[in-house]
Amino acid sequence: MEQRLANTWRMTVNEKKFIETALHSDLRIDGRRPFDYRELTVKFGREDGSSEVQLGLTHVMGFVSSQLVQPYRDRPNEGTLSVYTEFSPMADPSFEAGRPTESAVELGRVIDRGLRESRAVDTESLCVVSGKFVWSIRIDLHILDNGGNLVDAANIAALAALLTFRRPECSLGGEDGQEVIVHPPEVREPLPLIIHHLPVAVTFAFIGDENMVVIDPTHFEEGIMGGRLTATLNANGDLCAIQKAGGDGVMQSVIMQCLRIASVKAADITAKIRKAVDSYNTERALSKIRRQPASVAVQVTEPNQIEVKELISKHKEKLMLKSEEGGASHSDDMEIEAQSSEQDKSRRRDSTSKSFVGGPLSWDPYSKGVDFEELQASIASRVKVAPVEKLEKSRSDEPYKGESPKLLADSSTSLLSDEKAATGLQIEKEKTLKDAVKPKHKRKKKASTNTDAS
Amino acid sequence: MEYVNPEGLRLDGRRPLEMRQLRAEIGVVARADGSAVFEMGNTKVIAAIYGPREVQNKSQQINDQAVVRCEYSMANFSTGDRMRKPKHDRRSTEISLVIRQTMEACILTHLMPRSQIDIFVQVLQADGGTRSACINAATLALADAGIPMRDLVTSCAAGYLNTTPLLDLSYVEDSAGGPDVTVGILPKLDKVTLLQMDAKLPLDTFETVLQLAIEGCKAVANYIREILLENTKQLEFRRGV
Repeated sequence: MEQRLANTWRMTVNEKKFIETALHSDLRIDGRRPFDYRELTVKFGREDGSSEVQLGLTHVMGFVSSQLVQPYRDRPNEGTLSVYTEFSPMADPSFEAGRPTESAVELGRVIDRGLRESRAVDTESLCVVSGKFVWSIRIDLHILDNGGNLVDAANIAALAALLTFRRPECSLGGEDGQEVIVHPPEVREPLPLIIHHLPVAVTFAFIGDENMVVIDPTHFEEGIMGGRLTATLNANGDLCAIQKAGGDGVMQSVIMQCLRIASVKAADITAKIRKAVDSYNTERALSKIRRQPASVAVQVTEPNQIEVKELISKHKEKLMLKSEEGGASHSDDMEIEAQSSEQDKSRRRDSTSKSFVGGPLSWDPYSKGVDFEELQASIASRVKVAPVEKLEKSRSDEPYKGESPKLLADSSTSLLSDEKAATGLQIEKEKTLKDAVKPKHKRKKKASTNTDAS
Repeated sequence: MEYVNPEGLRLDGRRPLEMRQLRAEIGVVARADGSAVFEMGNTKVIAAIYGPREVQNKSQQINDQAVVRCEYSMANFSTGDRMRKPKHDRRSTEISLVIRQTMEACILTHLMPRSQIDIFVQVLQADGGTRSACINAATLALADAGIPMRDLVTSCAAGYLNTTPLLDLSYVEDSAGGPDVTVGILPKLDKVTLLQMDAKLPLDTFETVLQLAIEGCKAVANYIREILLENTKQLEFRRGV
């Protein structure tokens, strides 16, 4: 019940009037329009299940961890989900260390309601032994900087962390089959959580008397607002939760209008979160790939005609080296064709640059320059589209399929072996630059150049 | 589980659009400046108001308006199983915040600067809709204390089970896992001040349920006005007017 008003920062009358007057002309003090969101960036930490979200000046970190516990008595075969918030005093002068304030509890409960009641996280899959052992998922949200609209930012952090979290795989064993053995990540690949949909929170602030509504308020706007409405929706158009905890009264029509705007924004934010998570997953998968010997390398010459996924899987098969070179020739292809999507290109570049393990500047794809022979070969091979591609596809599929069980089985030691393999191959590469990279391409090149020549 | 049987009756024999029986009484806590008991079916809540009085914690004093404080707690015996920690758990903290902000919207705080108004709400019997009952009780108690308000605040909850919108959910219906929409309105001004919802619901269905809850609030408002009129007549009678 205590309201610690001692450290509360109050808005002056002048500031209040300024913000309200600006809003009359549909202008907000940071230059946005009333229904514009601030810039959103989602980053991930090194561990699975840790995320960092920046929404304008608001900075929130989310962590997900799991533990085996006894289930609740009334739900013996469901796992549990709990949300904890930490309002760090460095975020805002009015936050105090120790017991959470009312607004901290409210934030935690709003996010909890959005996830739990709407059944976003599948809790039944978290059951190990009914009535005895279930996984308890704990989401910790740390507020690092209060730039306004903590609910939305914290909710996105929670969703991003949940999507990238991997829980250890466990199996039943022991004499009576009731003992639970938790496999460490080196032995068995940890599993992702089953998430049915993403409930995204969208917050509106009601400022002034004349039904002025703004979305995603900054802390200045929060200081002068009369009321706040947080709507949690998913991309399918379902309303998962609403929180309007008192404050100024608004007409029902205004509320419905806000909800309609919120559904549009929620779809937008869901797309952004998914994109960030996908790129993180790709990068993480690439960094776990085992380095394979030269013979397995596959050269893709028609990036546009092959699906992006296949492309990425093909990259997984290649060595660090080979993927670099592949990147180089890809860039050549692209420059010539100028058709490949920017996304593919940047993703490949990103994956290749991020999956860089170690070595000197010879990794830089551009430092070698464009090899004329290769260029010629790539142009030539592109001319011969159909038969070459099919051949390539079948060849590439096989090694990939053979690869996957190996990949899944052994991921931790792979990094070490990767490095060794990479350095070893590097030496090799310095000997035969063109040869080592594209054996297939070389074969085709020879064939094509022969045919061309003839 | 069937929450609305084929004849259209709910588990307690009500129709889907029927509210539970309302009962209210004013002036139950002699020591408080204003108090009320509000019953919605089996849910029974008591509210006591202390104020406007001097601010106890000088650091919390606001120079141009009154400070409103609220404490929501459930009695240990209010639910089926005895409660472990009735006060200061997360749910109670959130509901205290919600009730405080709802009442703050309707109290004319600028008329009582440098003072404090305390709202204490205690749930004696919990059978679903405790939040709404608390707000209704607090409104009555504030009126009893003679604190100036913009309008009454009335609250009611509605849900959606077996593809039927239901008004005023009981505990069994509430714990069914379906959506629960709690609405608080200012009836004369026709404005929504409190709105809380949990569980999934498509947007158009939500509008129907919201409309139903608002109708329920207006029915509660009529009842509260009756009670207040009755109370005023009693006071006049006692003064020998």
